[in-house]
Amino acid sequence: MIAPARTRYTELSARERAAALLDPGTFRELIGPFERLESPHLQPQGIVPACDDGVVVARGDLDGERAVVLAVEGLFQGGGIGEVSGAKIAGALELALRAGERGHSVRPVLLLETGGIRLQEANLGLLAIAEIHAAIVALRSHVPVVGVIAGMVGCFGGMAITAGLCSHIVMTREGRLGLNGPQVIEQEAGVAELDSEDRRLVWETIGGEQRVATGMADALVEDDVAAIARAVRDAFEAGVPAEHRSAQVGRYEARLASIDASELLDGPALRALWSDDGRGP
Amino acid sequence: METLNFDYPASQAVSRRAHVGVVGSGDLEVLLEPSPDERGHVTVRTSAEGFGEVWESVLDRFFSRNDLAAAVEINDSGATPGTVALRLAQAVEESRS
Repeated sequence: MIAPARTRYTELSARERAAALLDPGTFRELIGPFERLESPHLQPQGIVPACDDGVVVARGDLDGERAVVLAVEGLFQGGGIGEVSGAKIAGALELALRAGERGHSVRPVLLLETGGIRLQEANLGLLAIAEIHAAIVALRSHVPVVGVIAGMVGCFGGMAITAGLCSHIVMTREGRLGLNGPQVIEQEAGVAELDSEDRRLVWETIGGEQRVATGMADALVEDDVAAIARAVRDAFEAGVPAEHRSAQVGRYEARLASIDASELLDGPALRALWSDDGRGP
Repeated sequence: METLNFDYPASQAVSRRAHVGVVGSGDLEVLLEPSPDERGHVTVRTSAEGFGEVWESVLDRFFSRNDLAAAVEINDSGATPGTVALRLAQAVEESRS
């Protein structure tokens, strides 16, 4: 592979992102392009498939510890998860779980650039995401599961729930995290609800800075290879959280109860409301 | 989408396989491998239909400059001929590195 001279993480392909994250010289791809494990559902629907179905499974080391990086390629079908790409992620996480159960911890990292389920594969994508979620919940008691949302696609739909299950989420300012993307909200609820063209409003609502400030993500970093590589290593050094974010049901119910839905709440107001619930941002 | 096949006489063996590019809007991926015979074989799957002659021109030029017994698979998402030529050149460079 040709070593990129640039350092901006978002300019790298999924394969390059995985390689850039791992300790130098340790990147080794599983089920690579020449295995041609592509989606069987796209070509019959008139869509050109990709030879890796848009997910890179990479083994290697992080700080000398064994790791597996699952990188979604946001440029292929918006990073949509289908039967094959989903199975690649779920299978790798299940193998990491088995290793963890035997006491050989493998550090799992998810590079999330995805609009969620690939609509052309509907239920098969949903099933795959359910398997991914079951694997993460089992795995995260052995080892932190670290998610990175660098941009530019962001992380939406069922895969936003995937991010929510992670032990630790690293984001850039360009990264966005939300169940429904801004264009979906505008289409379904109207432009008065959310103007998806209003970039300031969108980033103020679901952007990395806001997500970290309100405790929905953990680390805000620059769009820079070295900064992201450091943040991921720091997350593993911090270890498994005492209580995962998705297990803090009472905390988030109290947060929702603190909102008066009859009042318009903007990003800064939400930040003020949610940053003092006793556990800090 | 459309599938196109091309075939060229060739003599030079390819030493290493190479994969470059992404099937993203305006881009393509190229998988280049040693050919099983002394010919160049190309399979193109493209989202843009009706451009067979343009593909033929781009590939004719590529094989006239590169006498490569390569099996080439292209998955294309509407790349321009210039982008296709650059990705092919990148694949050849990578197969030699």
